[in-house]
Amino acid sequence: MFSPSRIEILACTEILACAVLLTGCQRAASDLPPPVQPKQAAAVITSALVPGMAHGASSSDPRADAVYDNAQAVAEGKRLFNQYNCSGCHSNGGGGMGPALMDDEWIYGARLEQIHNTLVQGRPNGMPAWGGKIPDPQLWELAAYVRSMSLPETIDAANGPTPSQAPAPVPRKVAQDSGWSPPPGTTNNFTDVIKGPGQ
Amino acid sequence: MRCKTTRLCLLLVSLPLAAAAPTVPAPVPDSEVFSREQIGHALAAPTPQAGHTAASPANAPPDDGQWTMPAKNYASTRFSSLKEITPQNVAQLTPLLSFSLAVNKGQEAAPIVADNTMYVVTAYPNFVYALDLTKPGAPLKWRFAPKPVPASQGIACCDVVNRGGTVDHGKYIFNTLDGQTIALDVKTGLPLWRTRLGNINVGETITMAPLVAQGHVYVGNSGGELGVRGWLAALDEETGKLLWRAYSTGPDRDVLIGPQFKPFYPADRGTDLGVSSWPPQAWQIGGGTVWGWVTYDAELNNVIYGVANPGPWNQEQRPGDNKWTAGIFARDPASGAARWYYQFSPHDEHDYDGVNEQLLLDMPFGGQMRKVLVHIDRNGYVYVIDRHTGQVLSADPFGPVNSSKGVDLQSGRLIVNEDKTTHVGRITHDICPTASGAKDWNPSSFSPDTGLIYIPHENICMDWQNMEVNYIAGTPYVGAEVHMKPGPGGNRGQLTAWDPVNRRPAWIVKENFPIWSATAATAGGLVFYGTMDGWFKAVDAGSGKLLWKYKMDSGVIGQPVSYRGPDGHQYIAVLSGVGGWSGAVVSGPVDPRDGSAALGFVNVMSDLPKYSTAGGTLYVFSLPH
Ligand code: HEC
Repeated sequence: MFSPSRIEILACTEILACAVLLTGCQRAASDLPPPVQPKQAAAVITSALVPGMAHGASSSDPRADAVYDNAQAVAEGKRLFNQYNCSGCHSNGGGGMGPALMDDEWIYGARLEQIHNTLVQGRPNGMPAWGGKIPDPQLWELAAYVRSMSLPETIDAANGPTPSQAPAPVPRKVAQDSGWSPPPGTTNNFTDVIKGPGQ
Repeated sequence: MRCKTTRLCLLLVSLPLAAAAPTVPAPVPDSEVFSREQIGHALAAPTPQAGHTAASPANAPPDDGQWTMPAKNYASTRFSSLKEITPQNVAQLTPLLSFSLAVNKGQEAAPIVADNTMYVVTAYPNFVYALDLTKPGAPLKWRFAPKPVPASQGIACCDVVNRGGTVDHGKYIFNTLDGQTIALDVKTGLPLWRTRLGNINVGETITMAPLVAQGHVYVGNSGGELGVRGWLAALDEETGKLLWRAYSTGPDRDVLIGPQFKPFYPADRGTDLGVSSWPPQAWQIGGGTVWGWVTYDAELNNVIYGVANPGPWNQEQRPGDNKWTAGIFARDPASGAARWYYQFSPHDEHDYDGVNEQLLLDMPFGGQMRKVLVHIDRNGYVYVIDRHTGQVLSADPFGPVNSSKGVDLQSGRLIVNEDKTTHVGRITHDICPTASGAKDWNPSSFSPDTGLIYIPHENICMDWQNMEVNYIAGTPYVGAEVHMKPGPGGNRGQLTAWDPVNRRPAWIVKENFPIWSATAATAGGLVFYGTMDGWFKAVDAGSGKLLWKYKMDSGVIGQPVSYRGPDGHQYIAVLSGVGGWSGAVVSGPVDPRDGSAALGFVNVMSDLPKYSTAGGTLYVFSLPH
């Protein structure tokens, strides 16, 4: 690891003629607390870098249960996605004014309760808040449809340039997937390799 | 897919990645579109001997070497009289400096040059930079960050672009995505006034470049894809105070239609047509935004601007002519009162906004010199219109057209091709031009030396299906699923040098991708433009021959300018930064596997990520000296 104070001291000793710099460095060096390693591992706080995946195994919102493994729920979600103009901003999952939802990148998390949160609260860069505007059971169906878009079964069912028309039911195991490290094979990650025109 | 060996073929096919990779669809066959001879019309045969086409000095004053407004002058010629850079020496043109804009979204603005300072406004978050051209490397004088509301990004239909600002009377005046017009003190970069005109909660944004003329600042809204009601506002240049606002739909009192209104064609005469040409209340959410080019005719004292498409795109939800959308207004600058109007696309079915530029010219027609404006519309026609009256003198196709069969010059009405009408539950195939038009927002230039208009444009068609759509404030109100495809020939872009007097192209340069940049013409005999795959090019203004090109960091969709530096030399400046509606597949959070993404543009642009990455840089070029 780099120590900023170390670097400044080294730089200064090279320019010994510069008294101003030297004093500046001495002060900077003496101001900095010595690097202390915590004695006990227990004192280290582990922060949650992955939203909603902070502490141990994820707990699933009981309201999500109804829409897992539920073909009817994703089909209904698909209908609502058009009815509430989600499709105007997210197209058929490919995005436009809003981000693509059929890919494996989730800004605010891929678990159903996280998607539900996104729908209820809205998001700062232009995702409207739908809480209180759309009945809650419908929000869960929408969340299930959104989550289904990137399932391999849904992607494979796409026929031509209009994806997400035959959404696969959302398996319960996606509750473990925060969306930040997709299990292998979850989606065709089209961004991995792009062949240039020379290829 | 072409494979050299069977083994390689098998390998590619076995990869799920290759199997899922979207491909650009096949072009529409040549036989699908009409020819110029079939559908082009004029009231009189060409009379080139009757005079020389040029802009009047009132609308295009003698060039002072600056470039203070995006269109260069009210005539909107984008013509620089500088001639140091010529076809003979342009091969030596080299970049003098580049400056990162710190925003990797579509950069559509024109760099503005006034008093040896260059001003640039970026896409959202609309940073403004002022650079000192008198010093080596053009160091920053100031930067202003207007901090638009982040939520405005989500309601910007077609990338978070900004089309530029203007310097006038010591102020740099520009708009922000979240609906503000701001005047900055050019010396300090501090706001002299900020006026909020748009309301993002109903889907209003502002992306256009304001026009400043005679102490007024003219600003219009964007949001036609979100059920916004369009308007043009006039502000006081000194205070930012709203002077008047003219709506594009609704009762005459809102549209500022009164006794002064004398439209040329009978179809535009009557009371409250902005209400009666719609189903009940539909005009309140009917679009007709004003996001394109506004200009001022200093000879005839008119503010002139085009109005965008009606909403929703699903035409079956809004029977009627949908006035005053998809047309052009001339207004009294003092009161905003309408003087004349002409509708390019009555009851538009294909998103043909009427917002493109108007070139104000004096041109020979029918044996005499006429004061005309040339408007190059999305619906595929070059219109030559009498500036006094709004009468169409000629209308000729310049791109692929089959959605209409010409303009009836007696009634002024576009003759719609019923075969290309759109329906709920049924796809209409191969409609030309596409929704973004035979040409979108990016403006043409005109050279009085060649008499040609340099039109940067698209050659794209589409499949379209209507869908029932509900109005929910602040969300898209579109009701159509579109998949675009290349037009005849497969080249998606084209630079057409149009001869407005003889009503035909002088030459055409084909481009792989749609041209989404403006053009600039110079007295040196050159035309500059950029491509979405990142080439900035100079072609011979007389022949279209490619004379110079330079590979930029990203695709170019901005507006090139030419100016005289403090050292007396000629410089060329332009922004790179691909994006916009056509470039959303690179600059936006878009998945190319969904052809309907970005309102169907992704279908025809899925290969752009192979050719260009997102960026955002100011480049300045000069000859070595
Ligand atoms: C007006 C445009 C708009 C509409 C309408 C809209 N969204 Fe969004 N949506 C956005 C934007 C913009 C974002 C990104 C917000 C951010 O990053 O802060 C977003 C984000 C999301 C996300 C989070 C994606 C992630 O990566 O975490 C989900 C899920 C989503 N939208 C679903 C929906 C659903 C379901 C609907 C309809 C009920 C809907 N959206 C309607 C614009 C919209």
